[in-house]
Amino acid sequence: MRRMTSFNVVSLTMGFAFLYIPMLILVIYSFNASKLVTVWGGFSTKWYGELLQNEAFLDAAWVTIKVGLISSTIATILGTMAAFVLVRSGRFFGRTLFSGMIYAPLVMPEVITGLSLLLLFISIGLPRGVTTIVLAHATFSMCYVSVVVSSRMASFDRSLEEAAYDLGCTGWDAFKSVTLPIIAPAVISGWLLAFTLSLDDLVIASFTAGPASTTLPIKIFSSVRLGVSPEINALSTIIIAIVTVGVITASITSKRAIVKKQREEQMADT
Amino acid sequence: MRRLLISIPYLWLLILFLVPFGIVLKIALSDVALSIPPYTPQLDLSEGWTGFRTFWAELDLENFWFLTEDDLYWKAYLSSLKIALIATFLTLLVGFPIAYGMANAPDHWRPTLMLLIILPFWTSFLIRVYAWIGILSNEGFLNQFLIWTGIIAEPAKILNTDIAVYIGIVYTYLPFMVLPIYATLEKLDGTLLEAAEDLGCTRIQAFWSVTAPLSKPGIIAGCFLVFIPALGEFVIPSLLGGSDTLMIGKVLWEEFFSNRDWPVASAVAVILLLILVVPIILFQRNEQKQREAEQ
Repeated sequence: MRRMTSFNVVSLTMGFAFLYIPMLILVIYSFNASKLVTVWGGFSTKWYGELLQNEAFLDAAWVTIKVGLISSTIATILGTMAAFVLVRSGRFFGRTLFSGMIYAPLVMPEVITGLSLLLLFISIGLPRGVTTIVLAHATFSMCYVSVVVSSRMASFDRSLEEAAYDLGCTGWDAFKSVTLPIIAPAVISGWLLAFTLSLDDLVIASFTAGPASTTLPIKIFSSVRLGVSPEINALSTIIIAIVTVGVITASITSKRAIVKKQREEQMADT
Repeated sequence: MRRLLISIPYLWLLILFLVPFGIVLKIALSDVALSIPPYTPQLDLSEGWTGFRTFWAELDLENFWFLTEDDLYWKAYLSSLKIALIATFLTLLVGFPIAYGMANAPDHWRPTLMLLIILPFWTSFLIRVYAWIGILSNEGFLNQFLIWTGIIAEPAKILNTDIAVYIGIVYTYLPFMVLPIYATLEKLDGTLLEAAEDLGCTRIQAFWSVTAPLSKPGIIAGCFLVFIPALGEFVIPSLLGGSDTLMIGKVLWEEFFSNRDWPVASAVAVILLLILVVPIILFQRNEQKQREAEQ
């Protein structure tokens, strides 16, 4: 018994207004000509121009993208392996410890993860830089990937794999032609999640970054501490635009895939 | 093959997750020193067994005693607990009506509403916190609006107070509260509500005797998902909070980066972890109960 009461309409409107008005203000004021960030001084795109000439921001953006691409790829491989171990491997020595280590980073405060990794890197003498940030990000992202992939694998029809074996596939062939296509959507969303987490991370990157490897969040944080700046507004608008386009595209593509699959199943039934 | 599959992620996590905690614990028991790295004792493996013994003998609980003596630390723990609890409650107050509205919305709206809730989660956390600086500052949009409507005459100080921290936590963690509550409300059997109303309940009574108890697992899950990260939060108190906003994540950061006192920072981390163990175990019990209930 579902009823859309006026209470529901009001709470949804207020809720989404609360979620989106702050970001909307940020976007509008990134086109403000005035240096004063709370006074409207006419339309201008000059902050975008200045942003593109700011070498420090561009360098930081490049480091961030590099770290994100490498760490999320490592995290996806390790996380998918870990998901296989969690769902398929049955009992083995130290299984409880293993699943504990998968779930613990999800709830661990970032300051603790960052501090502990930094102390590890110092005690083994690894110089801080892109490598250490990649290692740190791959470690916490792999746990997210394995949660996403293992929830998909739990609903996996194993008879399909058995059929592949019966038809003469080796283990790797069966994985490549049956298992991987089925878990692929989960692996892709795991990779996207890992990539986003890496791009977004400030705390762990601050602990593990060296002086020559500043990431974009570190750069944003240090300039935001001094107050609001129109350049940061412009940068935020670019990030919000990319994320919005990405998420909407992804949701439309997955919706189309579901519709297509349903149609195929209907065709197969008739 | 199976052994290889298990051992690669296992070793990775052992080296990059478990061993670092051992190191944190070890440094928490060490003393601060003017050296590189800035603590003592150092384990000298070249001296073999005697080196290990002198190293072992120099470890002590001094930093933990220090944490209990200086009232900055336990005040910071208490204040983090207080801020995280109040913020979780506020998030529930804001989040429940949204989840309830989503569950009652027509079917064809739901994917869009869901997308609108998840979208901010993919946007940078830092940017979402930053957006509030311009709104809450003295000459910010909220003060301009309140003065324009005549509610207040003078700009109120909101930025750099605990109130700004609450707003920041509610804003950034809202999806974590809305999604689990929505998931339980969506599965709610509508005929139960009809039965309650047939038996003479008003709609508000039906809500309290049917909807509220049945959505409890979602509420509990949402509260933990907000409370646990809020407790160790660093970005929100340091950008929106004032210099008197004490949160343990911020204390740890400053101990490490400003004071360069690694042993005390490590001891702060160990205690924060011990405090977090209780809510984490309770959260996992709640999840397990829900999973068993579903089967």
